[in-house]
Amino acid sequence: MGLLYAPTDATQGDAYRIIFIHVPAAWMSMVLYCAMAMWGAIGMIFNARLAYRISNSIAMTGAMMTFIALWTGALWGKPTWGAWWVWDARLTSELILLFLYVGYLSLYSAIDEPRKAAKAASLVAIIGVVNVPIIYFSVKWWNTLHQGASITLNKTSMDPRMLAAMLIMTFAFWAYAFAIILTRVNYQTLDEDAHSDWVQEELSHLRNKS
Amino acid sequence: MIWNSFAEFVDMHGYWPYVWGSFGVSFFLFLIEINSLRQKRRRLTQSEPS
Repeated sequence: MGLLYAPTDATQGDAYRIIFIHVPAAWMSMVLYCAMAMWGAIGMIFNARLAYRISNSIAMTGAMMTFIALWTGALWGKPTWGAWWVWDARLTSELILLFLYVGYLSLYSAIDEPRKAAKAASLVAIIGVVNVPIIYFSVKWWNTLHQGASITLNKTSMDPRMLAAMLIMTFAFWAYAFAIILTRVNYQTLDEDAHSDWVQEELSHLRNKS
Repeated sequence: MIWNSFAEFVDMHGYWPYVWGSFGVSFFLFLIEINSLRQKRRRLTQSEPS
């Protein structure tokens, strides 16, 4: 849709097509971060292993989405702004988000004792949540080079064909993230609880299937 | 369809390095992630029950 059907933008030409990846990835990077911090918080409150596991499974995909948002942003910035990178509020806060993801993941793997690692990493995630509204509102609070939102609930300044393509891509990114994260939680559970009988039973089913 | 020819589509009116660089790297990363989960599954199913 985005590549074949949506019309060429009047001012940006075909470079704007990057939007169909850039915006869904940026949305996911923020949504996944909130989800990761929320499951981390649930894990800390109830001392629940499964909640930590979900939180941890989100981190890798979230970090990837953040990287994609930054990467496509750079490739979009070059032809339209004339620079790969500017120290703009939106861009800088998104970069901080990437560092938060990386910090979470490296803290998790740096501590040997799994429960301690989960607790420490979750704490980082929860504190880092303040960055998400900063990213979201950065285009309003500061005078930034990055443009404001084109899509709001009341009015949308976008061609309906572009909008349709973007909504499909957003839905696809959601579906992808859900599938990947749940699969990772699933495998992580099978891995960590490999000593239990039900896991061995489950694995033998998997073996027969493949 | 807004393109007149396949060559025009590939060229993206001159913006092809940026457009395909974005789409390419993103899908490459998705494939890497899917593949890493496949390998994890293989490791899980191949380790013999103790």
